[in-house]
Amino acid sequence: MAVTAKNLCKDEFFYGHKACAGCGGSLAVRNALKVLGKNAVAVLPAGCMSAVGFNFPQLCFANNAIISTFAGTSSMLTGIEAGFRRRGITDFTAVGFAGDGGTADIGIQALSGAIDRNDNIIYICYDNEAYMNTGIQKSGLTPFGAKTTTTPAGENIRGNIRPKKNMFEIVAAHDISYAATATVGYMTDFLNKIEMLHIPEKIFMRLHLLLLFLMMVLLMRTLSLKMRKTASKR
Amino acid sequence: MAKKFLSGDEAFAEGIRLVRPEVISAYPITPQTIVVERLSEMVEDKSLDSEFIHVESEHSALSCAMGASAAGVRAFTATSSQGLLYMAECLYYASGGRFPIVMMNANRSTALPWNIYGDQRDSLSQLDSGWIQAYAENAQESLDLALMSYYIAEKREVSTPFMVNLDGFILTHTYEEVDIPTQDQADIFLPKYETDNKLDLDNPKNMAFSAGPEHNYIFKYKEHIGMKNAVSVIGEAEKKFSEIFGRKYSGLIDTYKTEDADYIIITLGSIAGLCRETADKLRKNGNRAGVLRIRYMRPFPAKEITEIVKNAKSVAVLEKDISFGNEGTVFTNVNSALHTEKINVPSYNFIGGLGGRNISASDIEHIYSAMEKGTEKVNFIGIEVEE
Repeated sequence: MAVTAKNLCKDEFFYGHKACAGCGGSLAVRNALKVLGKNAVAVLPAGCMSAVGFNFPQLCFANNAIISTFAGTSSMLTGIEAGFRRRGITDFTAVGFAGDGGTADIGIQALSGAIDRNDNIIYICYDNEAYMNTGIQKSGLTPFGAKTTTTPAGENIRGNIRPKKNMFEIVAAHDISYAATATVGYMTDFLNKIEMLHIPEKIFMRLHLLLLFLMMVLLMRTLSLKMRKTASKR
Repeated sequence: MAKKFLSGDEAFAEGIRLVRPEVISAYPITPQTIVVERLSEMVEDKSLDSEFIHVESEHSALSCAMGASAAGVRAFTATSSQGLLYMAECLYYASGGRFPIVMMNANRSTALPWNIYGDQRDSLSQLDSGWIQAYAENAQESLDLALMSYYIAEKREVSTPFMVNLDGFILTHTYEEVDIPTQDQADIFLPKYETDNKLDLDNPKNMAFSAGPEHNYIFKYKEHIGMKNAVSVIGEAEKKFSEIFGRKYSGLIDTYKTEDADYIIITLGSIAGLCRETADKLRKNGNRAGVLRIRYMRPFPAKEITEIVKNAKSVAVLEKDISFGNEGTVFTNVNSALHTEKINVPSYNFIGGLGGRNISASDIEHIYSAMEKGTEKVNFIGIEVEE
């Protein structure tokens, strides 16, 4: 059944944080967790969402959540997934929420490693197109021409003169099981893609449907070989 | 028990097999590589049931191990030199998160200039990262530390990660006869890892959070106390170890003929054996020489060292390390202990072995004679210093 505003989970898993009003990143995390449910184990690196959600003693995740090092979202997800599996737990989802800098710059090595290992994890990049937590500095996903605090639009620097890295193609080139882009501007589409990530079997039935438009959130899913086999049988 | 002819790396891997970590994150670096190779073979032949994860860097190796530890399972990784420095951020993260991960570090020189041989600058530069640091002398002690490290790190009142250091090549690649305990013995010694410092579906947690000035300080203080608690747990672990395996260890330090010694060399790692041989030789000529081997740099054995050296005429700290612009770091730590405990024994620093340069028996004889005559505060073995 498709996820809609009507049947969306009423429970809140990311609540009481101090994100700016209208923050797209917090909207993405909040609604993704509603689809993934209480057994989501979230990993967030240094960045906006960890800065607004994890200030002891005011901790804002109702599900299990942990901050990773800036570069280590994917590798920590790998360890958590392996650890839970070793404990015999099967009904959990290891999910990472990292920003554009945490994904396309400092975290790209660990992300590439995790895709290469085909670990059973979900990785969501909320791309707000610059280092926003530190106050709008250029990242690898800052668009061409953008003025940031480190790319002033002046006589000599002239803003960001490089285009965004094509993160989707970078990920797709790894032969990943599933990758998609979405935006919280089209919430139903976003929610249903998260649903797709959550139930791996669906990926294989509906893979051809997944082409994307506005790049706001990059969704990724890697699958263990075993799960792939199970999924393809269905 | 079975006896095998093993290198230090292989002995440590055998110890890890007995420990049965549930997750191993592996990345190669000379001279550690043999450890992860042997462990992968053990997973392949099913003598070890672990998740063997091929990470893409040392930073990820420790990050992955932290993820596994946060998931509530026993984790292992290993590294050396540049790798240790590359993962340095994660060292502090693991200790702050109170994740009782064990890591083997093959002590190796740090670039530049590039060099794969042994000195202790890599691990000694990380003394403040909040890890327990042990230095093995031989392959047997390496294997035994693999077992004891988990016992100590995982004790609730300690909950601190543990770095076991083996001198690169001199220990990692040298073969010795090693006693390998049975799995049954190891299981009696080391219970399954149980913790509440973990993510839990029934009782969800937010972990590795931020803490502002008000709380941060308290967490850091508790980390310090955890490390201090390791002192008595090390004693407890060694007592239990000797009851089960019959081998005795002597806590934070190991001494040789120090009871009546006038001149004591304080050192760490595999060079201690040559120091003992030299002390024996000098004793035949009536020179009362002794050796104090530091087994643990953290927690630091300040009281233990001063208790041993308080009646000596002088001490020399022999180390494969230098803190540029100052002196050897071990020397700084020893001097601090002497000062704190109000022990007025002259102390000298002998720096050598950097980048794997050999330290010979005659070098050590020279140290004993120099400390008898009196010498510079900081001395460089084998380098002619212009007056």
